[in-house]
Amino acid sequence: MDGAALLLLAKELRSNPAIGEEGVIAAEFRHNEPLLEVRPQLIRAVLADLRERGFRFLASVHGVDYYPEEPRLGVHYQLIDMVRRERVGVKVRLPVANPTLPSVTLQWPTANHQEREVYDMFGVVFEGHPDLRRILMPEEYEGHPQRRDFPVGGEPVIFTFNDTPELGTPE
Amino acid sequence: MASENPNREETFTFAPIAEQLEDWGGARESEELLTLNFGPHHPATHGVLRLVVTLQGEVVVSVKPLIGYVHTGIEKTAEQKSYWKAIPVVERMDYLSYFFNAMAFCGAVEKLLELEVPKRAQYLRVIHLELNRLMSHLVWLGTSALDLGAISIFWYCFRERESILDLFEFSTGQRMHTRYIQVGGVIEDIPRGFDKKLRKFLKEMPSRADQYAELLSANEIVLRRLRGTCPLDANRLLELGVTGPLLRAAGVPWDLRKAMPYSSYDDFDFKIPVGTVGDNYDRYAVRHAELYESVKIIEQALEGLPEGPHITTDRKVALPPRHELATSMEALIHHFKLVTEGFRVPEGEAYFAIESPRGELGCFVRSDGSSKPARVHMRDPSFVNLQALSDMVKGSYIADMIAAVAMLDPVLGGIDR
Repeated sequence: MDGAALLLLAKELRSNPAIGEEGVIAAEFRHNEPLLEVRPQLIRAVLADLRERGFRFLASVHGVDYYPEEPRLGVHYQLIDMVRRERVGVKVRLPVANPTLPSVTLQWPTANHQEREVYDMFGVVFEGHPDLRRILMPEEYEGHPQRRDFPVGGEPVIFTFNDTPELGTPE
Repeated sequence: MASENPNREETFTFAPIAEQLEDWGGARESEELLTLNFGPHHPATHGVLRLVVTLQGEVVVSVKPLIGYVHTGIEKTAEQKSYWKAIPVVERMDYLSYFFNAMAFCGAVEKLLELEVPKRAQYLRVIHLELNRLMSHLVWLGTSALDLGAISIFWYCFRERESILDLFEFSTGQRMHTRYIQVGGVIEDIPRGFDKKLRKFLKEMPSRADQYAELLSANEIVLRRLRGTCPLDANRLLELGVTGPLLRAAGVPWDLRKAMPYSSYDDFDFKIPVGTVGDNYDRYAVRHAELYESVKIIEQALEGLPEGPHITTDRKVALPPRHELATSMEALIHHFKLVTEGFRVPEGEAYFAIESPRGELGCFVRSDGSSKPARVHMRDPSFVNLQALSDMVKGSYIADMIAAVAMLDPVLGGIDR
Protein backbone atom coordinates (compact mmCIF):
# COMPACT_ATOMS: atom_id res chain seq x y z
CA MET A 1 0.00 0.00 0.00
CA ASP A 2 1.29 3.48 -0.85
CA GLY A 3 0.17 6.97 0.09
CA ALA A 4 -2.35 7.24 -2.73
CA ALA A 5 -3.93 3.89 -1.86
CA LEU A 6 -4.25 5.01 1.75
CA LEU A 7 -6.05 8.22 0.74
CA LEU A 8 -8.39 6.16 -1.42
CA LEU A 9 -9.01 3.80 1.49
CA ALA A 10 -9.77 6.76 3.76
CA LYS A 11 -12.18 8.12 1.17
CA GLU A 12 -13.97 4.80 0.90
CA LEU A 13 -14.22 4.52 4.67
CA ARG A 14 -15.71 8.01 4.82
CA SER A 15 -18.35 7.03 2.29
CA ASN A 16 -19.53 4.23 4.58
CA PRO A 17 -22.67 5.60 6.31
CA ALA A 18 -21.74 3.86 9.57
CA ILE A 19 -18.50 5.88 9.68
CA GLY A 20 -19.32 9.09 7.87
CA GLU A 21 -17.29 12.04 6.66
CA GLU A 22 -16.20 12.96 10.18
CA GLY A 23 -15.33 9.42 11.20
CA VAL A 24 -11.85 9.34 9.70
CA ILE A 25 -9.85 12.18 11.19
CA ALA A 26 -6.57 11.75 9.39
CA ALA A 27 -4.73 9.42 7.04
CA GLU A 28 -0.99 9.68 7.08
CA PHE A 29 1.61 7.69 5.25
CA ARG A 30 4.99 7.97 6.94
CA HIS A 31 7.96 5.63 7.10
CA ASN A 32 6.27 3.45 4.51
CA GLU A 33 3.51 2.76 7.00
CA PRO A 34 -0.18 3.61 6.47
CA LEU A 35 -1.94 4.93 9.56
CA LEU A 36 -5.54 6.04 9.89
CA GLU A 37 -6.82 8.10 12.77
CA VAL A 38 -10.50 7.60 13.50
CA ARG A 39 -13.09 8.68 16.05
CA PRO A 40 -12.93 6.45 19.14
CA GLN A 41 -16.63 5.62 19.21
CA LEU A 42 -16.50 4.37 15.62
CA ILE A 43 -13.65 1.92 16.08
CA ARG A 44 -15.87 -1.15 15.73
CA ALA A 45 -17.41 0.15 12.50
CA VAL A 46 -14.00 1.04 11.07
CA LEU A 47 -12.45 -2.32 11.89
CA ALA A 48 -15.54 -4.13 10.54
CA ASP A 49 -15.27 -2.16 7.30
CA LEU A 50 -11.56 -2.91 7.00
CA ARG A 51 -12.25 -6.58 7.62
CA GLU A 52 -14.63 -6.55 4.64
CA ARG A 53 -11.81 -5.10 2.57
CA GLY A 54 -9.52 -8.00 3.39
CA PHE A 55 -7.79 -6.87 6.58
CA ARG A 56 -8.92 -9.95 8.45
CA PHE A 57 -6.06 -10.37 10.87
CA LEU A 58 -5.66 -8.14 13.90
CA ALA A 59 -1.98 -8.34 14.69
CA SER A 60 -1.62 -5.96 17.58
CA VAL A 61 -3.48 -3.64 19.93
CA HIS A 62 -1.32 -1.33 21.97
CA GLY A 63 -1.59 1.86 23.95
CA VAL A 64 0.38 5.08 23.78
CA ASP A 65 0.54 8.15 25.99
CA TYR A 66 1.00 11.38 24.02
CA TYR A 67 1.73 13.43 27.13
CA PRO A 68 1.68 16.44 27.16
CA GLU A 69 -0.40 16.63 23.96
CA GLU A 70 -4.17 16.42 24.15
CA PRO A 71 -6.09 14.15 23.75
CA ARG A 72 -3.46 12.36 25.68
CA LEU A 73 -4.00 8.64 25.35
CA GLY A 74 -3.97 6.62 22.17
CA VAL A 75 -4.79 3.08 21.18
CA HIS A 76 -3.31 1.57 18.03
CA TYR A 77 -4.66 -1.37 16.03
CA GLN A 78 -2.47 -3.13 13.50
CA LEU A 79 -4.31 -5.04 10.80
CA ILE A 80 -2.95 -7.39 8.16
CA ASP A 81 -4.37 -8.41 4.82
CA MET A 82 -2.80 -11.83 4.45
CA VAL A 83 -3.74 -12.21 0.79
CA ARG A 84 -2.35 -8.92 -0.52
CA ARG A 85 0.32 -8.94 2.21
CA GLU A 86 -0.45 -5.43 3.39
CA ARG A 87 -0.64 -3.77 6.74
CA VAL A 88 -2.68 -0.85 7.92
CA GLY A 89 -2.63 0.84 11.29
CA VAL A 90 -5.66 2.42 12.92
CA LYS A 91 -5.33 4.73 15.87
CA VAL A 92 -7.73 6.51 18.18
CA ARG A 93 -6.99 9.33 20.60
CA LEU A 94 -8.73 9.56 23.97
CA PRO A 95 -8.86 12.26 26.63
CA VAL A 96 -7.20 11.21 29.87
CA ALA A 97 -10.16 12.45 31.93
CA ASN A 98 -12.59 9.93 30.46
CA PRO A 99 -10.71 7.30 28.46
CA THR A 100 -13.48 4.98 27.30
CA LEU A 101 -13.49 3.07 24.06
CA PRO A 102 -15.76 0.33 22.68
CA SER A 103 -14.11 -3.06 23.03
CA VAL A 104 -13.55 -5.12 19.89
CA THR A 105 -12.95 -8.38 21.75
CA LEU A 106 -16.22 -9.99 20.66
CA GLN A 107 -15.46 -9.32 17.00
CA TRP A 108 -11.70 -9.96 17.30
CA PRO A 109 -11.00 -12.48 20.08
CA THR A 110 -7.27 -11.73 19.89
CA ALA A 111 -7.92 -8.30 21.36
CA ASN A 112 -8.89 -9.84 24.71
CA HIS A 113 -5.52 -9.94 26.45
CA GLN A 114 -4.18 -6.95 24.58
CA GLU A 115 -7.08 -4.70 25.60
CA ARG A 116 -6.60 -5.88 29.16
CA GLU A 117 -2.97 -4.86 28.93
CA VAL A 118 -3.87 -1.41 27.61
CA TYR A 119 -6.39 -1.06 30.45
CA ASP A 120 -3.79 -2.19 32.95
CA MET A 121 -1.02 0.06 31.71
CA PHE A 122 -2.94 3.16 30.57
CA GLY A 123 -6.34 2.98 32.25
CA VAL A 124 -8.30 2.92 29.01
CA VAL A 125 -11.71 1.42 29.78
CA PHE A 126 -12.95 -0.87 27.02
CA GLU A 127 -16.74 -0.92 27.11
CA GLY A 128 -18.17 -4.34 26.42
CA HIS A 129 -15.01 -6.27 27.22
CA PRO A 130 -16.07 -9.59 28.78
CA ASP A 131 -13.41 -9.67 31.47
CA LEU A 132 -11.70 -6.32 31.92
CA ARG A 133 -9.19 -6.89 34.72
CA ARG A 134 -5.56 -6.09 35.21
CA ILE A 135 -3.37 -8.60 33.47
CA LEU A 136 0.28 -7.93 34.27
CA MET A 137 0.14 -5.82 37.43
CA PRO A 138 -1.29 -7.18 40.70
CA GLU A 139 -5.07 -6.86 41.08
CA GLU A 140 -4.88 -4.30 43.89
CA TYR A 141 -2.27 -2.12 42.20
CA GLU A 142 -3.07 1.58 42.06
CA GLY A 143 -2.41 3.67 38.99
CA HIS A 144 -1.51 2.88 35.42
CA PRO A 145 2.25 2.56 35.18
CA GLN A 146 2.83 3.14 31.47
CA ARG A 147 1.38 6.64 31.62
CA ARG A 148 4.11 9.19 31.11
CA ASP A 149 3.31 11.03 34.34
CA PHE A 150 3.57 7.87 36.43
CA PRO A 151 6.75 8.22 38.48
CA VAL A 152 9.66 5.86 38.01
CA GLY A 153 11.09 4.41 41.19
CA GLY A 154 10.01 5.14 44.72
CA GLU A 155 7.58 2.27 44.66
CA PRO A 156 6.90 0.62 48.01
CA VAL A 157 8.40 -2.84 48.31
CA ILE A 158 5.73 -5.48 48.62
CA PHE A 159 6.02 -8.73 50.57
CA THR A 160 7.81 -7.02 53.46
CA PHE A 161 5.59 -8.68 56.06
CA ASN A 162 7.98 -11.59 56.50
CA ASP A 163 11.03 -9.42 57.14
CA THR A 164 12.84 -10.68 60.19
CA PRO A 165 14.31 -7.72 62.09
CA GLU A 166 16.65 -9.89 64.16
CA LEU A 167 18.72 -10.72 61.07
CA GLY A 168 20.93 -7.70 61.42
CA THR A 169 18.49 -5.02 60.20
CA PRO A 170 18.49 -2.00 62.52
CA GLU A 171 15.21 -1.34 64.32
CA MET B 1 -10.82 -29.51 11.52
CA ALA B 2 -8.80 -32.48 12.55
CA SER B 3 -11.60 -35.00 12.40
CA GLU B 4 -11.87 -34.53 8.62
CA ASN B 5 -8.56 -36.23 8.08
CA PRO B 6 -9.30 -39.97 7.82
CA ASN B 7 -5.68 -41.10 8.27
CA ARG B 8 -5.34 -39.68 11.71
CA GLU B 9 -8.71 -40.70 13.10
CA GLU B 10 -7.68 -44.01 14.58
CA THR B 11 -4.94 -42.48 16.65
CA PHE B 12 -7.14 -39.80 18.20
CA THR B 13 -7.31 -39.81 21.94
CA PHE B 14 -10.59 -38.04 22.39
CA ALA B 15 -11.69 -37.53 25.94
CA PRO B 16 -14.27 -40.07 27.08
CA ILE B 17 -17.83 -38.96 26.55
CA ALA B 18 -20.36 -39.06 29.35
CA GLU B 19 -21.96 -42.39 28.27
CA GLN B 20 -18.63 -44.14 28.33
CA LEU B 21 -17.97 -42.85 31.81
CA GLU B 22 -21.38 -44.23 32.81
CA ASP B 23 -20.29 -47.67 31.64
CA TRP B 24 -17.24 -47.47 33.78
CA GLY B 25 -19.36 -46.52 36.75
CA GLY B 26 -17.44 -43.33 37.20
CA ALA B 27 -19.96 -40.79 35.96
CA ARG B 28 -21.23 -39.53 39.28
CA GLU B 29 -17.84 -38.72 40.70
CA SER B 30 -16.61 -37.10 37.53
CA GLU B 31 -19.59 -34.78 37.19
CA GLU B 32 -18.08 -32.86 40.04
CA LEU B 33 -15.83 -30.07 38.92
CA LEU B 34 -12.41 -29.72 40.43
CA THR B 35 -10.48 -26.50 40.23
CA LEU B 36 -6.79 -27.10 40.15
CA ASN B 37 -4.10 -24.50 40.48
CA PHE B 38 -1.21 -25.29 38.21
CA GLY B 39 1.96 -23.27 38.70
CA PRO B 40 3.25 -20.56 38.82
CA HIS B 41 6.24 -22.68 39.77
CA HIS B 42 5.98 -25.95 37.99
CA PRO B 43 8.53 -27.72 35.81
CA ALA B 44 6.04 -28.07 32.96
CA THR B 45 5.00 -24.42 32.75
CA HIS B 46 8.19 -23.25 31.05
CA GLY B 47 8.65 -20.38 33.46
CA VAL B 48 6.30 -18.79 35.94
CA LEU B 49 3.02 -19.43 34.21
CA ARG B 50 0.00 -20.02 36.41
CA LEU B 51 -2.96 -21.89 35.02
CA VAL B 52 -6.24 -22.28 36.85
CA VAL B 53 -7.67 -25.47 35.41
CA THR B 54 -11.22 -26.69 35.92
CA LEU B 55 -11.38 -30.44 35.63
CA GLN B 56 -14.14 -32.96 35.32
CA GLY B 57 -12.40 -36.14 36.27
CA GLU B 58 -9.29 -35.99 34.15
CA VAL B 59 -10.89 -33.89 31.44
CA VAL B 60 -10.17 -30.18 31.16
CA VAL B 61 -13.35 -28.10 31.17
CA SER B 62 -11.68 -24.73 31.12
CA VAL B 63 -8.27 -23.22 31.66
CA LYS B 64 -7.45 -19.67 32.60
CA PRO B 65 -3.88 -18.44 32.35
CA LEU B 66 -2.84 -15.96 35.05
CA ILE B 67 0.27 -14.06 34.13
CA GLY B 68 2.36 -11.16 35.35
CA TYR B 69 4.66 -13.01 37.74
CA VAL B 70 7.80 -11.90 35.93
CA HIS B 71 6.53 -8.50 34.86
CA THR B 72 9.53 -6.24 35.24
CA GLY B 73 8.31 -3.13 33.46
CA ILE B 74 10.84 -3.33 30.65
CA GLU B 75 8.72 -1.15 28.38
CA LYS B 76 8.72 1.53 31.06
CA THR B 77 12.43 1.16 31.69
CA ALA B 78 13.17 1.54 27.99
CA GLU B 79 11.52 4.97 28.08
CA GLN B 80 14.15 6.14 30.57
CA LYS B 81 17.08 5.14 28.37
CA SER B 82 18.48 6.71 25.24
CA TYR B 83 17.81 4.66 22.13
CA TRP B 84 21.07 2.81 22.05
CA LYS B 85 20.93 2.07 25.76
CA ALA B 86 17.41 0.65 25.43
CA ILE B 87 18.66 -2.22 23.24
CA PRO B 88 20.03 -4.36 26.11
CA VAL B 89 16.83 -3.77 28.07
CA VAL B 90 14.45 -4.92 25.36
CA GLU B 91 16.72 -7.89 24.61
CA ARG B 92 15.84 -9.30 28.00
CA MET B 93 12.11 -9.58 27.30
CA ASP B 94 11.93 -12.88 25.50
CA TYR B 95 15.11 -14.38 26.88
CA LEU B 96 15.33 -17.13 24.28
CA SER B 97 15.22 -14.83 21.28
CA TYR B 98 17.35 -11.87 22.24
CA PHE B 99 18.58 -11.21 18.71
CA PHE B 100 14.98 -10.94 17.58
CA ASN B 101 14.05 -8.47 20.29
CA ALA B 102 17.00 -6.29 19.41
CA MET B 103 16.22 -6.62 15.70
CA ALA B 104 12.57 -5.59 16.16
CA PHE B 105 13.53 -2.59 18.24
CA CYS B 106 16.38 -1.47 15.99
CA GLY B 107 14.22 -2.01 12.93
CA ALA B 108 11.54 0.29 14.33
CA VAL B 109 14.10 2.96 15.20
CA GLU B 110 15.74 2.65 11.78
CA LYS B 111 12.31 3.14 10.25
CA LEU B 112 11.88 6.37 12.21
CA LEU B 113 15.37 7.53 11.28
CA GLU B 114 14.85 6.42 7.66
CA LEU B 115 18.24 4.82 7.88
CA GLU B 116 19.70 2.50 5.30
CA VAL B 117 21.38 -0.59 6.75
CA PRO B 118 24.43 -1.84 4.78
CA LYS B 119 23.96 -5.12 2.97
CA ARG B 120 26.72 -6.85 4.92
CA ALA B 121 25.08 -5.87 8.19
CA GLN B 122 21.77 -7.26 6.97
CA TYR B 123 23.42 -10.58 6.15
CA LEU B 124 25.24 -10.69 9.48
CA ARG B 125 21.93 -10.02 11.18
CA VAL B 126 20.30 -12.86 9.28
CA ILE B 127 23.10 -15.26 10.27
CA HIS B 128 22.68 -14.44 13.92
CA LEU B 129 18.89 -14.34 13.82
CA GLU B 130 18.73 -17.78 12.29
CA LEU B 131 21.29 -19.15 14.73
CA ASN B 132 19.10 -17.73 17.45
CA ARG B 133 16.04 -19.39 15.92
CA LEU B 134 17.89 -22.71 15.95
CA MET B 135 18.90 -22.14 19.55
CA SER B 136 15.37 -21.24 20.61
CA HIS B 137 13.90 -24.27 18.83
CA LEU B 138 16.50 -26.52 20.44
CA VAL B 139 15.58 -25.29 23.91
CA TRP B 140 11.94 -25.79 23.03
CA LEU B 141 12.51 -29.29 21.70
CA GLY B 142 14.59 -30.36 24.67
CA THR B 143 12.24 -29.02 27.32
CA SER B 144 9.11 -30.20 25.51
CA ALA B 145 10.47 -33.71 25.23
CA LEU B 146 11.25 -33.46 28.93
CA ASP B 147 7.59 -32.67 29.58
CA LEU B 148 6.64 -35.78 27.66
CA GLY B 149 8.97 -37.84 29.81
CA ALA B 150 12.02 -38.15 27.53
CA ILE B 151 15.17 -36.94 29.17
CA SER B 152 17.99 -37.91 26.84
CA ILE B 153 16.80 -35.70 23.97
CA PHE B 154 17.16 -32.78 26.34
CA TRP B 155 20.91 -33.39 26.61
CA TYR B 156 21.31 -33.79 22.87
CA CYS B 157 19.48 -30.53 22.18
CA PHE B 158 21.47 -28.66 24.77
CA ARG B 159 24.70 -30.02 23.30
CA GLU B 160 23.90 -28.31 19.99
CA ARG B 161 22.61 -25.25 21.79
CA GLU B 162 25.98 -25.06 23.49
CA SER B 163 27.76 -24.97 20.11
CA ILE B 164 25.51 -22.10 19.06
CA LEU B 165 26.19 -20.22 22.28
CA ASP B 166 29.91 -20.74 21.67
CA LEU B 167 29.46 -19.20 18.23
CA PHE B 168 27.63 -16.26 19.80
CA GLU B 169 30.42 -15.85 22.27
CA PHE B 170 32.95 -15.94 19.48
CA SER B 171 31.31 -13.27 17.34
CA THR B 172 29.67 -11.06 19.97
CA GLY B 173 31.52 -11.69 23.23
CA GLN B 174 28.43 -12.89 25.05
CA ARG B 175 26.49 -16.12 25.18
CA MET B 176 23.15 -14.52 25.94
CA HIS B 177 21.81 -10.98 25.63
CA THR B 178 24.56 -10.15 23.20
CA ARG B 179 23.66 -6.58 22.24
CA TYR B 180 25.09 -7.42 18.84
CA ILE B 181 22.44 -5.78 16.69
CA GLN B 182 22.72 -2.00 16.75
CA VAL B 183 20.70 0.78 15.23
CA GLY B 184 22.16 0.94 11.71
CA GLY B 185 23.88 -2.43 11.62
CA VAL B 186 25.79 -4.69 13.97
CA ILE B 187 28.41 -3.78 16.53
CA GLU B 188 31.32 -5.69 15.02
CA ASP B 189 32.20 -7.66 11.97
CA ILE B 190 32.54 -11.41 12.51
CA PRO B 191 36.00 -12.34 13.75
CA ARG B 192 38.54 -14.30 11.74
CA GLY B 193 37.86 -18.01 11.98
CA PHE B 194 34.18 -17.55 12.72
CA ASP B 195 33.08 -18.70 9.29
CA LYS B 196 35.11 -21.89 9.62
CA LYS B 197 33.60 -22.68 12.99
CA LEU B 198 30.13 -21.82 11.74
CA ARG B 199 30.56 -24.04 8.64
CA LYS B 200 31.57 -26.93 10.85
CA PHE B 201 28.42 -26.43 12.92
CA LEU B 202 26.21 -26.10 9.85
CA LYS B 203 27.59 -29.32 8.46
CA GLU B 204 26.84 -31.09 11.70
CA MET B 205 23.43 -29.65 12.50
CA PRO B 206 21.22 -31.37 9.87
CA SER B 207 22.50 -34.79 10.93
CA ARG B 208 21.81 -33.90 14.54
CA ALA B 209 18.29 -32.87 13.59
CA ASP B 210 17.96 -36.23 11.82
CA GLN B 211 18.92 -37.88 15.09
CA TYR B 212 16.20 -36.03 16.98
CA ALA B 213 13.71 -37.18 14.38
CA GLU B 214 14.96 -40.76 14.74
CA LEU B 215 14.39 -40.55 18.44
CA LEU B 216 11.04 -38.77 18.40
CA SER B 217 9.14 -38.67 15.11
CA ALA B 218 8.08 -42.30 15.06
CA ASN B 219 8.38 -42.93 18.77
CA GLU B 220 5.33 -44.75 20.04
CA ILE B 221 5.04 -42.66 23.19
CA VAL B 222 5.53 -39.38 21.36
CA LEU B 223 2.92 -40.35 18.76
CA ARG B 224 0.40 -41.26 21.42
CA ARG B 225 1.02 -38.08 23.33
CA LEU B 226 1.04 -35.73 20.34
CA ARG B 227 -0.93 -37.10 17.43
CA GLY B 228 -4.48 -35.85 17.35
CA THR B 229 -4.23 -34.13 20.69
CA CYS B 230 -5.41 -30.56 21.19
CA PRO B 231 -5.98 -29.64 17.54
CA LEU B 232 -7.21 -26.18 16.63
CA ASP B 233 -8.27 -25.18 13.15
CA ALA B 234 -6.74 -22.35 11.18
CA ASN B 235 -9.79 -20.06 11.31
CA ARG B 236 -9.91 -20.07 15.07
CA LEU B 237 -6.15 -19.55 15.29
CA LEU B 238 -6.39 -16.54 12.99
CA GLU B 239 -9.24 -15.11 15.06
CA LEU B 240 -7.10 -15.48 18.14
CA GLY B 241 -4.21 -13.71 16.45
CA VAL B 242 -1.92 -16.72 16.63
CA THR B 243 1.15 -16.55 14.40
CA GLY B 244 4.33 -18.51 13.90
CA PRO B 245 4.77 -22.29 13.93
CA LEU B 246 1.41 -22.76 15.68
CA LEU B 247 -0.43 -21.17 12.78
CA ARG B 248 1.73 -22.90 10.17
CA ALA B 249 1.01 -26.24 11.85
CA ALA B 250 -2.65 -25.71 10.96
CA GLY B 251 -1.72 -25.31 7.30
CA VAL B 252 -1.46 -21.53 6.89
CA PRO B 253 1.85 -20.72 5.18
CA TRP B 254 2.21 -17.33 6.85
CA ASP B 255 5.77 -16.35 7.59
CA LEU B 256 6.86 -12.72 7.66
CA ARG B 257 10.26 -13.67 6.28
CA LYS B 258 8.48 -14.56 3.03
CA ALA B 259 5.33 -12.48 3.22
CA MET B 260 6.89 -9.15 4.11
CA PRO B 261 10.65 -9.66 3.80
CA TYR B 262 12.99 -7.57 5.93
CA SER B 263 16.75 -7.60 6.33
CA SER B 264 17.31 -9.19 2.87
CA TYR B 265 15.36 -12.37 3.60
CA ASP B 266 14.13 -12.25 0.01
CA ASP B 267 17.69 -13.04 -1.14
CA PHE B 268 17.57 -16.51 0.32
CA ASP B 269 15.98 -19.67 -0.89
CA PHE B 270 14.12 -21.50 1.85
CA LYS B 271 10.82 -23.21 2.43
CA ILE B 272 8.08 -22.66 4.96
CA PRO B 273 7.15 -25.96 6.58
CA VAL B 274 3.42 -26.31 7.17
CA GLY B 275 1.31 -28.91 8.90
CA THR B 276 -2.07 -30.27 7.96
CA VAL B 277 -4.39 -30.72 10.93
CA GLY B 278 -2.85 -28.40 13.53
CA ASP B 279 -2.51 -30.93 16.33
CA ASN B 280 0.39 -31.18 18.73
CA TYR B 281 2.29 -33.47 16.40
CA ASP B 282 2.13 -30.94 13.56
CA ARG B 283 3.39 -28.26 15.92
CA TYR B 284 6.33 -30.48 16.73
CA ALA B 285 6.94 -31.41 13.10
CA VAL B 286 6.82 -27.84 11.81
CA ARG B 287 9.38 -26.60 14.31
CA HIS B 288 11.57 -29.58 13.69
CA ALA B 289 11.48 -28.94 9.94
CA GLU B 290 12.36 -25.30 10.54
CA LEU B 291 15.70 -26.43 11.97
CA TYR B 292 16.78 -27.53 8.47
CA GLU B 293 15.48 -24.36 6.83
CA SER B 294 17.39 -22.14 9.24
CA VAL B 295 20.58 -24.05 8.46
CA LYS B 296 19.94 -23.50 4.74
CA ILE B 297 19.46 -19.76 5.26
CA ILE B 298 22.66 -19.41 7.28
CA GLU B 299 24.65 -21.35 4.66
CA GLN B 300 23.42 -19.04 1.91
CA ALA B 301 24.02 -15.92 3.96
CA LEU B 302 27.55 -17.04 4.75
CA GLU B 303 28.29 -17.94 1.12
CA GLY B 304 26.90 -14.71 -0.23
CA LEU B 305 28.16 -12.44 2.54
CA PRO B 306 28.81 -9.13 0.73
CA GLU B 307 31.80 -6.94 1.38
CA GLY B 308 31.30 -3.55 2.92
CA PRO B 309 30.74 -1.85 6.23
CA HIS B 310 29.04 -3.76 9.05
CA ILE B 311 27.28 -0.67 10.35
CA THR B 312 25.95 2.50 8.79
CA THR B 313 28.55 5.17 8.06
CA ASP B 314 26.18 7.82 9.39
CA ARG B 315 28.26 9.13 12.28
CA LYS B 316 25.21 10.77 13.84
CA VAL B 317 23.87 7.31 14.68
CA ALA B 318 26.76 4.85 14.79
CA LEU B 319 29.93 5.16 16.82
CA PRO B 320 33.04 6.06 14.81
CA PRO B 321 35.70 3.36 14.51
CA ARG B 322 38.05 3.32 17.45
CA HIS B 323 41.20 4.25 15.46
CA GLU B 324 39.62 7.48 14.22
CA LEU B 325 39.32 8.86 17.74
CA ALA B 326 43.08 9.42 17.99
CA THR B 327 43.32 11.44 14.80
CA SER B 328 39.97 13.07 14.10
CA MET B 329 38.44 15.78 16.26
CA GLU B 330 35.13 15.32 14.49
CA ALA B 331 35.07 11.62 15.33
CA LEU B 332 35.80 12.45 18.95
CA ILE B 333 32.89 14.88 19.09
CA HIS B 334 30.54 12.36 17.51
CA HIS B 335 31.70 9.71 19.92
CA PHE B 336 31.20 12.02 22.88
CA LYS B 337 27.72 13.09 21.75
CA LEU B 338 26.61 9.53 21.12
CA VAL B 339 27.90 8.17 24.39
CA THR B 340 26.60 10.99 26.56
CA GLU B 341 23.33 12.06 25.04
CA GLY B 342 22.68 9.48 22.34
CA PHE B 343 21.20 10.30 18.98
CA ARG B 344 17.93 12.09 18.49
CA VAL B 345 15.17 10.52 16.50
CA PRO B 346 12.66 12.62 14.55
CA GLU B 347 9.11 12.68 15.87
CA GLY B 348 6.85 9.90 14.74
CA GLU B 349 5.66 6.40 15.41
CA ALA B 350 6.60 3.16 13.74
CA TYR B 351 5.59 -0.47 14.00
CA PHE B 352 8.15 -2.98 12.79
CA ALA B 353 7.36 -6.68 12.78
CA ILE B 354 9.63 -9.66 12.27
CA GLU B 355 9.19 -13.41 12.40
CA SER B 356 10.51 -14.57 15.75
CA PRO B 357 10.71 -18.29 16.61
CA ARG B 358 7.24 -17.94 18.10
CA GLY B 359 5.50 -15.73 15.56
CA GLU B 360 5.08 -12.08 14.78
CA LEU B 361 7.30 -10.03 17.04
CA GLY B 362 6.31 -6.43 16.49
CA CYS B 363 7.93 -3.43 18.03
CA PHE B 364 6.10 -0.14 18.28
CA VAL B 365 8.25 2.89 18.96
CA ARG B 366 7.02 6.43 19.36
CA SER B 367 9.52 9.23 19.32
CA ASP B 368 8.89 12.73 20.61
CA GLY B 369 12.02 14.10 18.99
CA SER B 370 14.29 13.60 21.98
CA SER B 371 17.06 11.05 22.46
CA LYS B 372 14.84 8.73 24.49
CA PRO B 373 11.88 6.80 23.11
CA ALA B 374 8.49 8.08 24.30
CA ARG B 375 6.99 4.61 24.04
CA VAL B 376 8.35 1.18 23.33
CA HIS B 377 5.91 -1.67 23.00
CA MET B 378 6.64 -5.24 22.04
CA ARG B 379 3.85 -7.22 20.50
CA ASP B 380 5.17 -10.46 21.85
CA PRO B 381 3.95 -13.62 20.09
CA SER B 382 3.96 -15.66 23.32
CA PHE B 383 1.58 -13.18 24.94
CA VAL B 384 -0.92 -13.34 22.10
CA ASN B 385 -0.54 -17.07 21.41
CA LEU B 386 -1.26 -17.92 25.04
CA GLN B 387 -4.90 -16.95 24.45
CA ALA B 388 -5.29 -19.98 22.22
CA LEU B 389 -4.40 -22.43 24.99
CA SER B 390 -7.91 -22.50 26.41
CA ASP B 391 -9.43 -23.39 23.02
CA MET B 392 -6.78 -26.02 22.37
CA VAL B 393 -7.17 -27.99 25.56
CA LYS B 394 -10.90 -27.77 26.19
CA GLY B 395 -12.22 -31.32 26.37
CA SER B 396 -8.89 -33.09 26.40
CA TYR B 397 -7.07 -34.90 29.18
CA ILE B 398 -4.96 -32.95 31.62
CA ALA B 399 -1.91 -34.91 30.46
CA ASP B 400 -2.52 -33.60 26.95
CA MET B 401 -2.67 -30.10 28.34
CA ILE B 402 0.94 -30.51 29.46
CA ALA B 403 1.85 -31.47 25.92
CA ALA B 404 -0.17 -28.54 24.55
CA VAL B 405 1.63 -26.05 26.81
CA ALA B 406 4.94 -27.52 25.68
CA MET B 407 4.00 -27.26 22.01
CA LEU B 408 2.74 -23.72 22.52
CA ASP B 409 6.34 -22.78 23.36
CA PRO B 410 5.56 -19.88 25.66
CA VAL B 411 8.43 -17.79 27.01
CA LEU B 412 7.23 -16.06 30.12
CA GLY B 413 9.83 -13.33 29.93
CA GLY B 414 8.19 -12.31 26.67
CA ILE B 415 4.65 -12.69 27.95
CA ASP B 416 5.11 -10.58 31.06
CA ARG B 417 7.86 -8.24 29.80
